[in-house]
Amino acid sequence: MNIVVCVKQVPEVIDAELEINKEGTGILKEDLEFDINEWDNYAVEEAVRIKEAHGGKVTVVTLGDEDCEDVLRTALAMGADEAIRIDEERFELSDAAGIARGLYRAIRDVPFDLLLTGAQGSDDGWAQVGLTLAELLGIPYASLVVKVEIRESAITVHRELESNTQELLEMPLPAALTIQTGINNPRYVSIMGIQKVRRIEIKETNSEELGLSEAEIGPQGSSVASQKLSLPPVGEGAEILTGSLDEISEKTAQIIRDKGGVI
Amino acid sequence: MDEILVLAEHRQGELRDITLEMLAAANTLGRENDLTTAALLLGHETSSLSGKLKGACDKVLVMEDPELAHYNADQYLMAMETVFRERKPLLTLIGHTAIGMDLAPAMAARLSLPLVTDCAELSLEEGRLGVLRQIYGGKINAQLAMKPSDHYLISLRTGSFEAEVEQGKSGDVETIPAPDWTNLRGRKFLGYVEAELADVDIAAADILVSIGRGIGKPENIPLAQEFADAIGATLSCSRPVADEEWLPKSRQVGTSGKTVRPKVYIALGISGAYQHQAGMKNADTIIAVNKDPMAPIFAIAHYGIVDDLLKVLPLLTEKFAKK
Repeated sequence: MNIVVCVKQVPEVIDAELEINKEGTGILKEDLEFDINEWDNYAVEEAVRIKEAHGGKVTVVTLGDEDCEDVLRTALAMGADEAIRIDEERFELSDAAGIARGLYRAIRDVPFDLLLTGAQGSDDGWAQVGLTLAELLGIPYASLVVKVEIRESAITVHRELESNTQELLEMPLPAALTIQTGINNPRYVSIMGIQKVRRIEIKETNSEELGLSEAEIGPQGSSVASQKLSLPPVGEGAEILTGSLDEISEKTAQIIRDKGGVI
Repeated sequence: MDEILVLAEHRQGELRDITLEMLAAANTLGRENDLTTAALLLGHETSSLSGKLKGACDKVLVMEDPELAHYNADQYLMAMETVFRERKPLLTLIGHTAIGMDLAPAMAARLSLPLVTDCAELSLEEGRLGVLRQIYGGKINAQLAMKPSDHYLISLRTGSFEAEVEQGKSGDVETIPAPDWTNLRGRKFLGYVEAELADVDIAAADILVSIGRGIGKPENIPLAQEFADAIGATLSCSRPVADEEWLPKSRQVGTSGKTVRPKVYIALGISGAYQHQAGMKNADTIIAVNKDPMAPIFAIAHYGIVDDLLKVLPLLTEKFAKK
């Protein structure tokens, strides 16, 4: 069971104070921490678990500059065997279809039974790349997967629907799955663990080698003409309670008594 | 006249709310731009559903086939391709739902359509599409201007428009024959898996104390439980807590969990992704505690405390324990 997993490095934005650049086209990333996209982390874990149970090889792929090697090292430390990085900065301005085209060129010659991606990115949230790849490759797929069972040349998957309901599907291999959070408990990667895989060579390629033209990637290949960012309007928003922590607690307790009928 | 095509979403014989929301969005754009609206119903034995769509669009397009009885990407892709090639709509709207998220990206790739997913607002001026969507977990709004195109594919965020059955229309029903199912890839629908019965029904609670990622570790959950016990509330959670299995999935509030409407909803360390908001925004009173002042939850909360919930919780519990 050979598995390819596409991963992405993203800024950690929970609890971070985000600032928009002067042009309004992006956020300032200098002070942010970067990590593997949460959904991709679950995808890598699922791939490694399947490999551990059924044998085979896990290959992780990412797009981006040298800094993005960190996500590949993380994935290798989790148990992936090989890593490929497409060294191309222009993907920064690609839309999701452009990113999928780039990944497609890099993985179409890698023999695999399963292709896994995260269901979405925590940054742009397009939730497109895995399924666009499936269509480019002409293989069956399922999105929002919360359980995978491997059988002979076929798989059974549980797909998450709304209202705590799931859908049970079956499909032949090779297939593409986009992984939803909660499918497993991803293992923790220590600095020691990353040290251990530092000698594994990361295969590098670029858009020229992959035969990607200017028209396919970056701003030229994107369906988006321009993007203007802003902070969401607060609207009426919450009345922020102020004072000492004790005063705030007293006010809150009063609200709970009044609105909740608590004595 | 150009057309806006809306894929009607239904499951287990029920029309999903997103369908009428999308038709509302389509009718607004249609009025402003002289476009007709069509609802596309793919299914098997759907006559009761087409009746519900007539008042909300100019045309109901129906494709009936046993193969379409349940949503399946294989058949839906072929059906959408057939309808698209026949109608060539300017805009095609699909829900950003479990169905739409599964269908739209592959459909865009197959038909070479520009796709924008998870859109909250749409505008159309001189054929140019503008879209508002949220990025970075709802902390940033992105207004996108799309490049000119003869066709666009859009997936719409649930709850962005009011769903109404009567939208001042009276659409005719037109049947479209199903294609020969020649280009299928072997994906088979086997059935639905309903959630197991829960120990507690969070939807029945008057007060919910709800914990999110900010609770930090499972060892902190008793702090929240003690507070909930002190005020007679039920403990619920957001997705990350259920993902970590710190609380059972049956306690999860949100799109993929439960929709709740308690008198008081106390969100502790919940950032407030829209999937969570969709499950609790109609609570009578919402109190949010979060150390991140930019957390989206504060936009819909009535009262906010910007602080560490681990500091606030013991004090709050004490206020009630004294009685």
